[in-house]
Amino acid sequence: MAEIVIRNLRKEFGAFTAVKGSSFTIADGEFFMLLGPSGCGKTTTLRMIAGLELPTSGEILIDGENVSQKPASQRDIAFVFQMFALYPHMNVRKNISYPLVSQGLPPAQVKAKVAEVARILGIEAILDKPVGGLSGGDRQRVALGRAIVRSPKAFMMDEPLGALDAEFREHMSEELRALHDRMKATTVYVTHDQLEAMQMGDKIVVMNHGVVEQFGRPQDIYDHPATMFVAEFIGSPAMNFLRFDGVAAAGDEAVRIGDAQISLPRLQEAASGRALALGVRPEHIQLKDAGHLRGRTLATEYLGTTQIITVETGYGPVKVRAPSSQVVKTGETVGLHLTAQALSLFDTASGRALRTAANAGVLHG
Amino acid sequence: MAEVILSNLSKSFGDTHALVDVSLTIPDGAFVVLLGPTGAGKTTTLRLIAGLDRPDKGDVRIGGQSVLADTPAQRDVAMVFQQYSLYPHMTVRDNLAFPLRSPVLNVPEGEITKQINAVADVLRISHKLDNKATQLSGGEMQRVSIGRALVRNPRIYLMDEPLSSLDAKLRAELRVELKRIHAEMGATFLYVTHDQIEAMTMGSLVGVLDAGRLVQFGTPREIYDNPVNLYVATRLGQPRINVLPADAFGHGPAGATQIGLRPEHIAIDGGQAAAILRVEHLGDQTRLHLEMGAHRLITLAAAHTAHQPGDTIHIRPENPLWFDASGIRVT
Repeated sequence: MAEIVIRNLRKEFGAFTAVKGSSFTIADGEFFMLLGPSGCGKTTTLRMIAGLELPTSGEILIDGENVSQKPASQRDIAFVFQMFALYPHMNVRKNISYPLVSQGLPPAQVKAKVAEVARILGIEAILDKPVGGLSGGDRQRVALGRAIVRSPKAFMMDEPLGALDAEFREHMSEELRALHDRMKATTVYVTHDQLEAMQMGDKIVVMNHGVVEQFGRPQDIYDHPATMFVAEFIGSPAMNFLRFDGVAAAGDEAVRIGDAQISLPRLQEAASGRALALGVRPEHIQLKDAGHLRGRTLATEYLGTTQIITVETGYGPVKVRAPSSQVVKTGETVGLHLTAQALSLFDTASGRALRTAANAGVLHG
Repeated sequence: MAEVILSNLSKSFGDTHALVDVSLTIPDGAFVVLLGPTGAGKTTTLRLIAGLDRPDKGDVRIGGQSVLADTPAQRDVAMVFQQYSLYPHMTVRDNLAFPLRSPVLNVPEGEITKQINAVADVLRISHKLDNKATQLSGGEMQRVSIGRALVRNPRIYLMDEPLSSLDAKLRAELRVELKRIHAEMGATFLYVTHDQIEAMTMGSLVGVLDAGRLVQFGTPREIYDNPVNLYVATRLGQPRINVLPADAFGHGPAGATQIGLRPEHIAIDGGQAAAILRVEHLGDQTRLHLEMGAHRLITLAAAHTAHQPGDTIHIRPENPLWFDASGIRVT
């Protein structure tokens, strides 16, 4: 059990800066996601928390103790890698008990601990089997067993499900999360998959180019992205941007795009320039004759309960999520109605969202 | 372009029955998607049509005539593979021209230029025509390899998971593009995939393969709304359909032993008590993981639902699907 505090953490590899001054707090018992594209610095951050890399500057506090320059062995953290390495010549029981035996724990205690872990993971029946013949899922469970048997302060997981196929990944992610809900151990989990992050995480840090773009609860990040990068990276399809030239001042409750006056949450700050982008999620656009904007439908994609409709507008293509019962033909002209309270306005020069009555709590919370 | 008819097609490799008695009509101009996991017989079907393998039994007819005796070249089909295979030392233009410069075809250079420009325009790679293939991004390379098939104007395009090696964002873009290309060209497409999103979003008709057998063939809506068996019901829909014993909510119809409930077919306004184990906020929707007696199920709620883990809700089925003990749809 541990609270982990990250302060101004920075890592340089020669001339390349992998992590540029990250700060965030992982509460005790949280399932915490480090999310971003490859090369964003998420794995480097994880390795610094675990002590596999030492930071160039900044602090890592585990339960109040500054461990930033301590080696991994002094941090009491368990690491689960993408390729779960098991000892091939040992059976399941020996693989799981290995960390305890090497710590010099008495055999009776080792036995009791292994039995407890096997029960939690539901692998009691395979304890005496060799690891060679195990299915992918069982191998993963054994690797997890080996990590949790030590009861470390925290778990670090680097894309542990990355190598699995989609169907099995879905299953294992549910299992991992259920395991966490039973054990409540602080877990830091690296992924590039936004859906996995939304699904499993209590909190998410979104990173890009070594910088923390946003940190918060999944739904808050989805509803109120701090930057255009986050708006595009989270959600499938991504948030739409209607790019336009205009004026945005503090106190405004609408923007003018062409002839359309579009209401949005009251702005609390002004834009620095005129290049703006109105951000709207696909489910916050409705097809209505009396809409704010007009466009021509390019394609429809059936998804079972909903469909995604691509509409070409004067401000670029826009994706709309609508019930699949709604009949839409391609090539027809439609009106788009935007839900006012769900809109974000971005300053495209900085890529940042302007503070509004709706997102102020999330962006400065 | 032509209609392609497969009748009673079977193919085994040793003891493995790759394809068992598959009959299927791919209408002229259709976009047909075959959906199934690895080993379901998707690629075998393409190879039998292309003439890369011979069927043990059955017939392949293209444009009304059996092609079993024809060589792959005589069949006039074009295949796009999962892994793009371009000539790295050639420009995009030369890669696209390659199939047309075949001595068998003897296409005049003027005609080749015209065709390449048309295809490059459709694929939005006109500005890259003079680049070397190695100077392209992954998505551009895959578009060029699709383009190499498109310049030929064959009787049918056979596509073997052409998007599966691309990242999620590019895949989403190319799904829409392929559909647009198909519509603009009026071509006949047979596209195989294990990805249900591709099948539902692109196919005008979808065939579901299970261990070499074609178990259902219809529009995506028909297959989602009206699956013939439990296997098909579980292939489409995310999260997956919930399957419970038929008496979980009271009596089912005669012969039914299992009830299939898509997450959106559970009403939260009365019925059986269920405990909320977990609430997953995915942004546009929220998933509720429920425990009802000995059963686990997943349902959907509004994005900003107030439900919390530990709450008890009351649920009842709405438009359920019923299946017998062997998984066949009862009603």
